[in-house]
Amino acid sequence: MSIWEYANPTRFMQTSGKLLPTVAVLSLLCLVIGLIWGFFFTPDDYRQGSTVKIIYLHVPSALMAINAWLMMLVTSLIWLVRRHHVSALAAKAAAPIGLTMTLIALITGAIWGQPMWGTYWAWDPRLTSFLILFLFYLGYMALWAAIENPDTAADLTSVLCLVGSVFALLSRYAVNFWNQGLHQGASLSLDKEENVADVFYLPLLVAIAGFVLLFLALVLLRTRTEIRIRRAGALVARERLS
Amino acid sequence: MIALLRRDLKLAIRAGGGFGLGLAFFLILVVLVPFGVGPNADILSRIAPGILWVGALLSCLLSLDRIFQLDYEDGTLDLLATAPLPLEAAATLKALSHWLTTGLPLTLAAPFLGVLLSMPSGATFWLVASLAIGTPALSMLGTFGAALTVGLKRGGLLVSLLVLPLYMPTLIFGAEAVRRGAEGLPASTALLFLAAITAGCAALLPFASAAALRMNLR
Repeated sequence: MSIWEYANPTRFMQTSGKLLPTVAVLSLLCLVIGLIWGFFFTPDDYRQGSTVKIIYLHVPSALMAINAWLMMLVTSLIWLVRRHHVSALAAKAAAPIGLTMTLIALITGAIWGQPMWGTYWAWDPRLTSFLILFLFYLGYMALWAAIENPDTAADLTSVLCLVGSVFALLSRYAVNFWNQGLHQGASLSLDKEENVADVFYLPLLVAIAGFVLLFLALVLLRTRTEIRIRRAGALVARERLS
Repeated sequence: MIALLRRDLKLAIRAGGGFGLGLAFFLILVVLVPFGVGPNADILSRIAPGILWVGALLSCLLSLDRIFQLDYEDGTLDLLATAPLPLEAAATLKALSHWLTTGLPLTLAAPFLGVLLSMPSGATFWLVASLAIGTPALSMLGTFGAALTVGLKRGGLLVSLLVLPLYMPTLIFGAEAVRRGAEGLPASTALLFLAAITAGCAALLPFASAAALRMNLR
């Protein structure tokens, strides 16, 4: 039993078909619990008032925006090294989700920033690097859409993903050099003594789990769709030949 | 190798287009800016480094689809791929000839255009230095973008979407070096970062470009 078994599309379809409803329901459950808990059953922050509650959307979506790109990087590498089609299709499936997560993070950040910083947008390093990440997602998806041959498209987008990762990371630190920040530092980390206070922390964790599961469910769903599109294309081609 | 470089340079200069066009575009861009923001010398001198860098970036972008497109259409690229010369070297040479025909003229023209934007004279050295160090990275990245889109009919617009995000670190450090130089602050840190990006691009991107070319030719 190894992970490479799922390189076989049939195996992948079987397992993901079984897994998908569970993941989707769990994700829905976590989101509902996390968001309702966060929005209605936590106290207001003593300085930020109730605006702090947008954190339950902002932080998980920002987290997933970065991790989606990371997942695309890994699946692109697997495609380049071992040439498993499911892997390339998973990368393709993840891109629009990552793009949406980036957009959610940017928009909720703007809504939060207005009352707190007095501005929707500032050229702060974190904000700027998210905007750059957004552009990288756009370019990646545009390349997928532009190339007709699916294997060439998978190859080229994988290379773009590798080079893009390096430059996205580079931009992240270059913008630090370029401007001072307005955004606070990391509020959640595994190696720090002090995190956000527990009342906010626990619902936030549930919301993050919900977003992770949501991302997983959407990736599975979209990958299944891509595989079905591939199969339908193959069927049409076979019809035409006979 | 030298024969390939000379051929590319000749084509770029003689075939009418690539060579002068980028430079003319750069000039027009710089002329347009004062019309857009007003002739106030204070404002112009403050934004001059950024305008010149963004202008250099955009004029680099103009000639990107010429790097491989013609060779791809007439089959030269297939010959290059099967030639004893590694495709990585061919990609490096293509980037070099692109730089010699766009980056270098831009660097040489920038001080004169800086005068148009009333850039402080102390910044001229930093402008030339940063452009000289930074534009090779732009050509390398552009070659990579061109290699990705060589098989496409209308790749021009796509190339800009792919390449411009990759240009950002170069732009940040380049413009920052000039800005700090203009204000009399120590600018060498930004310049060193810029050199690091160029060196890294020169070392690694030919492999990515050649890989992309092979995928497109397969």
